[in-house]
Amino acid sequence: MDRTFSALADPTRRAVLLRLKEKPGLSVSELARPFSLKLPGMMKHLDVLSDAGLITRTKTGRTVSVNLSVRPMREAMAWLQRYERLWTVSIDRLVALVEKDDA
Amino acid sequence: MTKSLPSVTIVRRVKAPPAKVWAAITKPELMMQWWGPDAGPTLRAEADVRPGGRFSVVFRLLNGEEHNPTGIYQEVIPEQKLVFTWEAPGMPEQESLVTFLLEPIDGGTRLTLLHEHLPDEARESHEQGWNGLLNKLPVFLGVTEWAN
Repeated sequence: MDRTFSALADPTRRAVLLRLKEKPGLSVSELARPFSLKLPGMMKHLDVLSDAGLITRTKTGRTVSVNLSVRPMREAMAWLQRYERLWTVSIDRLVALVEKDDA
Repeated sequence: MTKSLPSVTIVRRVKAPPAKVWAAITKPELMMQWWGPDAGPTLRAEADVRPGGRFSVVFRLLNGEEHNPTGIYQEVIPEQKLVFTWEAPGMPEQESLVTFLLEPIDGGTRLTLLHEHLPDEARESHEQGWNGLLNKLPVFLGVTEWAN
């Protein structure tokens, strides 16, 4: 899962994901266009996203279309939600406990 | 470096002195009274509070599920800083790190809780931190609509 967060730390890669959310199945060159990136540069970003399991690439003839993959993002969000809840509730109770006598 | 990894941060001003907060986070009988994500009970707490010492808490959720995070204390500075690793058996996740910071302030303690991921491999450098991603979180929260 750390790979997911690492992949997401880059603004270009986040922008790629957001574009794919709007337009699933874009080709590599269509993805590269708005970023003024050469194809090899975009391919590198896509490799990172693919290694993190965030996208899938499908080859049809000479065109490679790119799609979002949902699972790793969901796991990452689940981690955050789980621990936000655990600590928010726990710290509330901790504060209540230590303030009980001193208030 | 860990700044760019996912993390949960909670900061509170507590109306109690650092010594009292320290006791609550290090004494098993007090840890039993606050640990857990809902009103379910904390069943067990072990805390060998010294670097290399073991930490273990068992809590039960209202739905009956039990969880047993464990870890090893990394840094122990009484009434100031407590750092321990966090492993949650049965959860699909890697080891992470929990830090409690206590600072004396007027009328009590400034308590900071930080739960962050540990780097699991050499990483490329990150131009933007995790905070940048957090700004986009609402977008990612629509994740269930992405099913393809």
